[in-house]
Amino acid sequence: MAYSDKVVDHYENPRNVGTLDKSDPNVGTGLVGAPACGDVMRLQLRISDEGVIQDAKFKTFGCGSAIASSSLVTEWVKGKTVDEATTITNKEIAKELSLPPVKIHCSVLAEDAIKAAVADFKKKRAERQGAAKATAT
Amino acid sequence: MSLPIYMDNHATTALDPRVLEAMLPYLREDFGNAASRNHAFGWRAEAAVEQARAQVAALIGAQPNEIVFTSGATESDNLALKGVAEFYRSKGDHMITLKTEHKAILDSGKRLERMRQERLEELKLLRLIELTGDEVKPEDVDALSAQYKLDQDAVLQRWTSVVRTGARFTYLDVEKDGRVDLAKLATAITDKTILVSVMLANNEIGTVQPLAEIGKLCRSRGVLFHSDAVQGVGKVPFDVESMKIDLASVTAHKIYGPKGIGALYVRRKPRVRIAPIIDGGGHERGMRSGTLNVAGIVGFGKAAEIARTEMAAESARILALRERLRSKLLSELDMVILNGSLEHRLPGNLNVSFAYVEGEALMMAIKDVAVSSGSACTSASLEPSYVLRALGVEEDMAHSSIRFGLGRFNTEAQVDLVARLVVDKVKKLREMSPLYEMAREGVDLKSIAWAAH
Repeated sequence: MAYSDKVVDHYENPRNVGTLDKSDPNVGTGLVGAPACGDVMRLQLRISDEGVIQDAKFKTFGCGSAIASSSLVTEWVKGKTVDEATTITNKEIAKELSLPPVKIHCSVLAEDAIKAAVADFKKKRAERQGAAKATAT
Repeated sequence: MSLPIYMDNHATTALDPRVLEAMLPYLREDFGNAASRNHAFGWRAEAAVEQARAQVAALIGAQPNEIVFTSGATESDNLALKGVAEFYRSKGDHMITLKTEHKAILDSGKRLERMRQERLEELKLLRLIELTGDEVKPEDVDALSAQYKLDQDAVLQRWTSVVRTGARFTYLDVEKDGRVDLAKLATAITDKTILVSVMLANNEIGTVQPLAEIGKLCRSRGVLFHSDAVQGVGKVPFDVESMKIDLASVTAHKIYGPKGIGALYVRRKPRVRIAPIIDGGGHERGMRSGTLNVAGIVGFGKAAEIARTEMAAESARILALRERLRSKLLSELDMVILNGSLEHRLPGNLNVSFAYVEGEALMMAIKDVAVSSGSACTSASLEPSYVLRALGVEEDMAHSSIRFGLGRFNTEAQVDLVARLVVDKVKKLREMSPLYEMAREGVDLKSIAWAAH
């Protein structure tokens, strides 16, 4: 199976590989997939108190299409608000990378990773606010 | 160095230039049909086929009249299993093979099982028609079978006891190193067993099976012994006499011959019989009809002759290359796991899992090197290698496996380049792997509740 030029580009020059401090209250971490299925994506977003994604980093265990899908979403989410980011669909990712049907699950995983990272951030924020309230009273 | 580098010699091998030379006349002026008995064109073709038959026979320790030419090993495997099942059906209906066999064996087995099952279903239907005195719709069979207690029906039991269509199969597990446990095989043989089929060497992990011991066991129990010898012939010793083999599948394109030509060895003393699966002009003593592929057969013969005369030196050279590659990968990378036995292994096979790196991604990273992977991503089924799974290799490690197949035309310089490329790319991909990071931080990956998808 031949890969599309965009997949090859993201695979060979992956954007935003790396790790953010997961204990940072403004960092949301999404870890999706399973080693047994052959792909695991970890997407980390640094989100301002105003809800804007300032930075995004990923690490992915998976095939070229999985790596390209995660690389692409790190580019796409930067500068977006969390609400905008969570509207990104796997269809848009698959279309941008021209993924063949057998690789669609890679784009699904990338969409899930965004949602998981945002959910983790929101959970942290809620806990923080809960703690702040508890201190105030 | 010229790129890409071919290191996938279990898939197929390059045609040896000497083989091509031998074939060319039979694609040009000597185009005759080997079955034409009345003119020089036919005689020349026939003489060439008979010479090749002797060359192929010599490679495996057989007599020329024990070689049946086929279109390749898949056909040979089909012919062996289906041919024996049909010819020996009055003797028994049970066959034994391994879970790590090639799909040509496993799927022939599945078809024979399905044929038997369909016959049993037909008998059930007939019995129900008899009992109800009415038409029986297929969807009503289950309910009516329960109503009439067919599982205790003496008449149906007598009927099913005479079913001679298809076969029953036992698919034996292998040990962790990929080898069959002889005691388990001995236990699996029953008085209804007519055939044991065990490959010489596995196509993924290169594990070489103890054929001489299996042959001895089968002969002592009066069971026919077939071996899919495709991957091992010409690379490790294989002799149908000393190994007491009754049927063996071989093919030309794994020993630097052309594709589309193979053979089934069928023992003459004591005589083994098979029913043909392809009917027609009665070629190959009635066991395989169809005009002979003369040029292909000549190429197969030449390839067999080269393999026979050069095997000892070539296997030693290829083993040294394999060990060079293995030691470089294992010394420069951590968490590289060898799949299958090291001791009982084809000289050119190296199958390793690079933990925390997905196989297809690694293949994409070393795109100038042709290898293959047990990763699901490289198969249509989306399941990782069934061979690795049968060894007990965890799914994630099966996804991380790469098979290097070294052969006649690989060089030391190629091995060094491939080793360097693989080491670099594995390191790069591990830097991108969340699993590698977690493992280094001491996270037990098994403790995480992964969401299967």
